[in-house]
Amino acid sequence: MLIRQAPRFRWSEVTDERLYLNRRELIAGAAALALFPGRAEAGPPPPVSQLAALPAAPNPRYRHADSPTKIESATTYNNFYEFGVEKEDPARLAGTLKPRPWQVVVEGHVAKPGTFDIEELLRLAPLEERVYALRCVEAWSMVIPWIGYPLSALLKRVAPTGQAKFVEFQTLLDPEQFPAQKKGVFGFSMSGLDWPYVEGLRLDEAMHPLALLTVGMYGKVLPNQNGAPVRVVVPWKYGFKSAKSIVRIRLVSEQPQTAWAKAQPREYGFYSNVHPSVDHPRWSQATERRIGEFRRRQTLMFNGYADQVASLYAGMDLKKNY
Amino acid sequence: MTRRGRILLKTLVWGACLVPLALLAWRAWTGDLTANPIDFVTDTLGRWGMRMLLASLALTPLRLVLGIGWPLILRRLLGLFAFFYVSLHFLVWVVLDHFFAWAQMGADIVKRPYITVGVSALALLVLLAATSTSGMVKRLGARAWRRLHRIVYVAAVLGVLHFMWLAKVGRIEPYVYAAILAVLLGVRLAGAVRAFRVRRRGTRAGVTSESSSDNRPPRRSIVARTEIMGGPDMAPDHRTKGADAPLGLPRPPALGAVPGGARTHPRNPGRPSRARFVQGR
Ligand code: HEM
Repeated sequence: MLIRQAPRFRWSEVTDERLYLNRRELIAGAAALALFPGRAEAGPPPPVSQLAALPAAPNPRYRHADSPTKIESATTYNNFYEFGVEKEDPARLAGTLKPRPWQVVVEGHVAKPGTFDIEELLRLAPLEERVYALRCVEAWSMVIPWIGYPLSALLKRVAPTGQAKFVEFQTLLDPEQFPAQKKGVFGFSMSGLDWPYVEGLRLDEAMHPLALLTVGMYGKVLPNQNGAPVRVVVPWKYGFKSAKSIVRIRLVSEQPQTAWAKAQPREYGFYSNVHPSVDHPRWSQATERRIGEFRRRQTLMFNGYADQVASLYAGMDLKKNY
Repeated sequence: MTRRGRILLKTLVWGACLVPLALLAWRAWTGDLTANPIDFVTDTLGRWGMRMLLASLALTPLRLVLGIGWPLILRRLLGLFAFFYVSLHFLVWVVLDHFFAWAQMGADIVKRPYITVGVSALALLVLLAATSTSGMVKRLGARAWRRLHRIVYVAAVLGVLHFMWLAKVGRIEPYVYAAILAVLLGVRLAGAVRAFRVRRRGTRAGVTSESSSDNRPPRRSIVARTEIMGGPDMAPDHRTKGADAPLGLPRPPALGAVPGGARTHPRNPGRPSRARFVQGR
């Protein structure tokens, strides 16, 4: 009987090798996930020491009173769900992301839409180094020397029209490069988020001088696990507002449906400004742990940038608009 | 199992239960506790507490379903280690995470459901650990003790809820534990229902479950009875302890029963109980 016969070939010879390996990876990954979440296999990103240097002049207006977080911490403790939900995942798995070649489409309610190559973006405005505090919604924080220029420089280049009220950022959608974007066993998103990752700002927030279009950190190009090759950094908001590995920027008239607000609307709002007295439904935001420090610190209003950004929200109820 | 076998097994499991702690200590020593050591230590201790709690709960169902009874002697050990890890988990929260900021912690206990259920689970584990000694079994009476210790299921449910509520979306682990716990609870409930059925039938027939006239295979009645067996370690030979009949029924003499079994050592029926001497004084 046919089915009793020992197969003379391996299935790997029948199936296209790439598909075969892929499927094996998927199965192994799913099994590993079920047993030990966060142990799926893939390659780590290049070591930070091997990343290209990115010269930039420190901007004295944006220094920080606290010394920067160790680069090892900033590049091994990351929330980047495209690689997995655990904070160790990006540093273990981000080798799949290919930050070159890379293009960013800027479109929507703009007079001069365009597609910008990453090399072009790097030259669009003078690069400066700014040291910002980064406050994660999970009540930890870091201090990071970013490299970039104001997002407004790019936005002005495309000339938003009067209809543009919000700016939407889209992260790359590519399950080959972002393993956690692969569908789970039953076709569900394993992470609970819809891909691509979408974030957004009000146009006046996006035009604020603090909002940084970011291409590097610690004197180097962005590591994969930190959102290579280009991201935004919005220091007065919780970290998830700062979209990573951006491929599309749209100027729109309606408030964008952002990834976390869509997944858990009660817990993550569109604004998500750092606010010590507006608690997350499950935990307090009054204090934070600065990575590398032992004791908790008080969380500051707008993450310490109140004098620069509070006016954006004059007359707004920030408890309602969380 | 022989006495030496039991001692060997327990020693091995003791050692195994300390491995996660030793690994943690090693990682602390080599500076390998991630960028957020306090979180990492809290999480690791919490997860091992959870796993050991589930392991201790799995032993009775293991016996009910697969008929493998010998691991039951590990139940108290695993339960106490679960308590140990959860206590460390709690201490890290108090000392390292909040550094004795009592007001802040109090507010968290009241306001944060995941902390509320965590603390409740710990309180229950304290109660169970405090009454886990053989002396306590004697003092409370095996039956009351067994009833009290069913609270462990409440603690486990609260522990799983704690994890489900604190975990961010996309984490599968809490749901894996929830599923395991559901299966274990299901087996115990099925066992209890069967025991109840056996008892009803027995009562109606005016006989004990063992000698009921419906010719059911003997293993079923053993299965039914196991659910209500007591004692912290629950070695299979404890069935013979005779401290308490199943659900208040007159207990038939069972294999190797010791006359006056109520006075035997709860973990070793062959040996007279220490508690007996204490009581005798
Ligand atoms: C039976 C009792 C308990 C069990 C089984 C338990 C188990 C766990 C587990 C499995 C986690 C998740 C670890 C992870 O994210 O990988 C956790 C986290 C946590 N537990 Fe518990 N826990 C218990 C009691 C408590 C108590 C009494 C407290 C403090 C009052 C507490 C505070 C915490 C905190 C703060 C976290 C989150 C740490 C973080 O931010 O990641 N737990 N616990």
